[in-house]
Amino acid sequence: MKAQGPVTGEDPFNAFITRCEWKPGGKGMLAGIMVAVKDNISTRGIPTSCGSRILEGYTPPYNAHVVDLILREGAGIAGKTNMDEFGMGSSTENSAFGPTKNPADPSRVPGGSSGGSAAAVAAGMVPMALGSDTGGSIRCPAAFCGIVGLKPSYGRVSRYGLVAYANSLEQIGPLARTVREVSLLMEVISRYDPRDSTMGDRPFTPRLTGEVKGLRIGAPAEFFGAGVDPAVGESVREAIGLLEQSGACVVPCSMPSMAYALAAYYVTCTSEASSNLARFDGVRYGTPDDIRKPWHDAFREVRAKGFGEEVRRRILLGTFALSAGYYGKYYAKAQAARRNVSADFARIFRDVDVIAGPTMPTVAFRIGEKTDPLSMYLSDILTVPANLAGIPAVSVPCGKVNGLPVGLQIMGKPLEDERVLDVAYAYEQGAGR
Amino acid sequence: MTVIIGLEIHCQLTTRTKLFCGCSTDYRNDPPNTHTCPICLGLPGTLPCLNRKAVEYALRVAKALNCTVLEEAEFARKNYFYPDLPKGFQITMYDRPLAVDGHLEIEADNGTEKRIRITRVHMEEDPGRLVHVGSGDRPRYSLVDYNRSGIPLIEIVTDPDLRSPKEARRFINTLRTTLEYLGVFDGDREGGLRVDANISMERGSRVEVKNISSYKGVEKALTFEITRQRNVIRRGLSVERETRHFLEARGVTTSARSKEEEHDYRYFPEPDLRPLRVREWCDAIVLPELPAARRVRFADSFGVSPSHARTLCGDLKLADFFEEVVVCGDPILAATWVADTLLGEVYYRDMEIARVPAGHFVELLRLLKKKEITDKGGVEVLRAILDQSARGEVPETPATIVARLNLGKAAGDAFGPVIREVVESCPAAVQDFRNGKPEALNYLVGQAMKRTRGRADPKELARMIREAIGGSGVTG
Repeated sequence: MKAQGPVTGEDPFNAFITRCEWKPGGKGMLAGIMVAVKDNISTRGIPTSCGSRILEGYTPPYNAHVVDLILREGAGIAGKTNMDEFGMGSSTENSAFGPTKNPADPSRVPGGSSGGSAAAVAAGMVPMALGSDTGGSIRCPAAFCGIVGLKPSYGRVSRYGLVAYANSLEQIGPLARTVREVSLLMEVISRYDPRDSTMGDRPFTPRLTGEVKGLRIGAPAEFFGAGVDPAVGESVREAIGLLEQSGACVVPCSMPSMAYALAAYYVTCTSEASSNLARFDGVRYGTPDDIRKPWHDAFREVRAKGFGEEVRRRILLGTFALSAGYYGKYYAKAQAARRNVSADFARIFRDVDVIAGPTMPTVAFRIGEKTDPLSMYLSDILTVPANLAGIPAVSVPCGKVNGLPVGLQIMGKPLEDERVLDVAYAYEQGAGR
Repeated sequence: MTVIIGLEIHCQLTTRTKLFCGCSTDYRNDPPNTHTCPICLGLPGTLPCLNRKAVEYALRVAKALNCTVLEEAEFARKNYFYPDLPKGFQITMYDRPLAVDGHLEIEADNGTEKRIRITRVHMEEDPGRLVHVGSGDRPRYSLVDYNRSGIPLIEIVTDPDLRSPKEARRFINTLRTTLEYLGVFDGDREGGLRVDANISMERGSRVEVKNISSYKGVEKALTFEITRQRNVIRRGLSVERETRHFLEARGVTTSARSKEEEHDYRYFPEPDLRPLRVREWCDAIVLPELPAARRVRFADSFGVSPSHARTLCGDLKLADFFEEVVVCGDPILAATWVADTLLGEVYYRDMEIARVPAGHFVELLRLLKKKEITDKGGVEVLRAILDQSARGEVPETPATIVARLNLGKAAGDAFGPVIREVVESCPAAVQDFRNGKPEALNYLVGQAMKRTRGRADPKELARMIREAIGGSGVTG
């Protein structure tokens, strides 16, 4: 089977890097549905660039497990979506193929790094998309674009074929306009794959009851604290209020480890990235330069030319964090902080069933607005805790601020993906969509 | 000046498939890059999937080396750039290896048993291999072959307990034998064993010699390095702490003071693999009989001499062969013929024991036991069998060879004419013997042996000659 493509045509928001019309046909749970696939998920015969120049000319000889699964269920592939290079960003501005625009307001970013997937869904180009979430990369663009996006529990979806950015944090997950569609896609992509040793065989059983009577919701103060746009916080509180009206009760709680979450996240992800991205050396794939020169020089040239600025920055940060003499101070400490975050969640989950708060501290910002990398990193503060702890988290639209979508984030206990989707579904139904 | 040597030994495990993918490990006779897949090529998005058989093999080694197996072992990434390393890191084990604190008994230089302590045992993946195109020291470019990429390796690190190159060599040989007994290693595979040696003179700096890839190389490299270090000290200089490479072809070590040697490997736990619970796993493993136990058994149940037992058990295939041919009914005869005669003939031909037809050998031993042929005749039969086998022919049976070469020990009177001939042609020797010089008889027997082309039993010939020339009263 070969991809029919490349397909050109309207892509007003620059959601795609490669467009195609791969329609294998066939029956199944996704029969006839065209799915957009983030460009860091390997597709046999379709270029997979991760938004990077360094992978120019690379076409994987194999499919990611999730791609095999959706094809087996009759889905087609509409193309490969734009993203921050290797997933490193929260706006889809860090792509070698230009920024993606937010369909809700084209002067604004769609969020990232799965911005192309979210924009393609929000613009109605496809009903569903696959993204990946390392520190919020599915939930952030889902919130900014006004759609639903799930970061599954760690180990619930095979990462086989996902080009690694930070292995211990990331998961592939579904994006769609409704919780029901997200749930359907999740049911398909969560099937077991022995090739991913961090995955367990835990079938996903969709359970959309919309029933929240007696549900205990934790709303940690830290999720509504400094840095969170009050209007966004207000929107989210109203959304939680709606769940209360349906019979849920809100339990006040706090999460002190939030203070270290962002630092723990960035040390961990940059460390892993510095190692994961070492393979891009021009020897086996990518830019077919003549590399018949001392290999130090060849590697340096290929990597200097191929990687964008943010990727180079994170590789350097991670290399430093893992260096002899600094490992204990950074990487080891980050892992300790990470355990604290997990412990905090475990403690809170003794008293509540789910935790709710905003997905992002603000609504979508303007393209080019955040020039300082630190301010960009800060926008991940509410999404990274779920990745550090490996718990499921969904973003579901909950109204607008200044005409721009706001996302309600619902986090659950490890492996309770079904529950967070059910709560999101209850909200979605209650909000009268 | 005391020499202090510690070894780091990498051995390829003989699993059917690679450590993290399903590619076959049997690549040696195949073209480059034909035993590869997205995983062992490190293509983006692939994940390692652990070969549990390899872990089982490695645990056998840890157990046989009397190690303490850790509750949990953990894979880690060793980060460095090199063109033969497809992922830009090697998956290995770092601060949580499989096992620590073991030991292996070897024969020391003075012939006694010596205990060499094992620091640690861990697993890792082999990188690919570079093939340099162009001449000598200045290749034009290099090609990469990933067939070797992902082959399971076990790394065994010793304490600095070895005191001479010979001892180091003996350690490696003993280790090789042990690994072969465990069924996890094949010492005949080219490049299957690689050694790094740490060597220093007492109170001197430690020098690491890398890149030793043969059994003989270990002794050669260490001998060279000791001479070099002694010369440095003799000139009043101090040995520099450094890494050196062994150049097998030239038998020398050279300093490797290039940038790529100054590594900070930035180890961290491999996030794509879970920690391994190895203690319980190892407890459940039952080891096969090891060389020491087999030596004892050969001595106890077959009456084989200690030195023959050591020779036989020092090579798994030889010991197995011995057990196959011991059915001849005379274990001591079998031990002598396998450990002394056969081994020499096989070395001479650079032949594998496995190619010696055991059935033929048993028949040969039976002929010897029944004294139907002499020892000398037996050697001729054996040589004929080995030569035919080496040529790839189906060898003739010993009986056929005996008949063809007329090696059968003839009945006494068949030699009558020969005896008469000898007695008549050597009157001086006959006279000497009669005059009471017994050694003259040896000369006459020798002459007779020559004329019978070894078919006769020398003792029988001596008796007959004495009879023929009449006794001097001197007993032979």
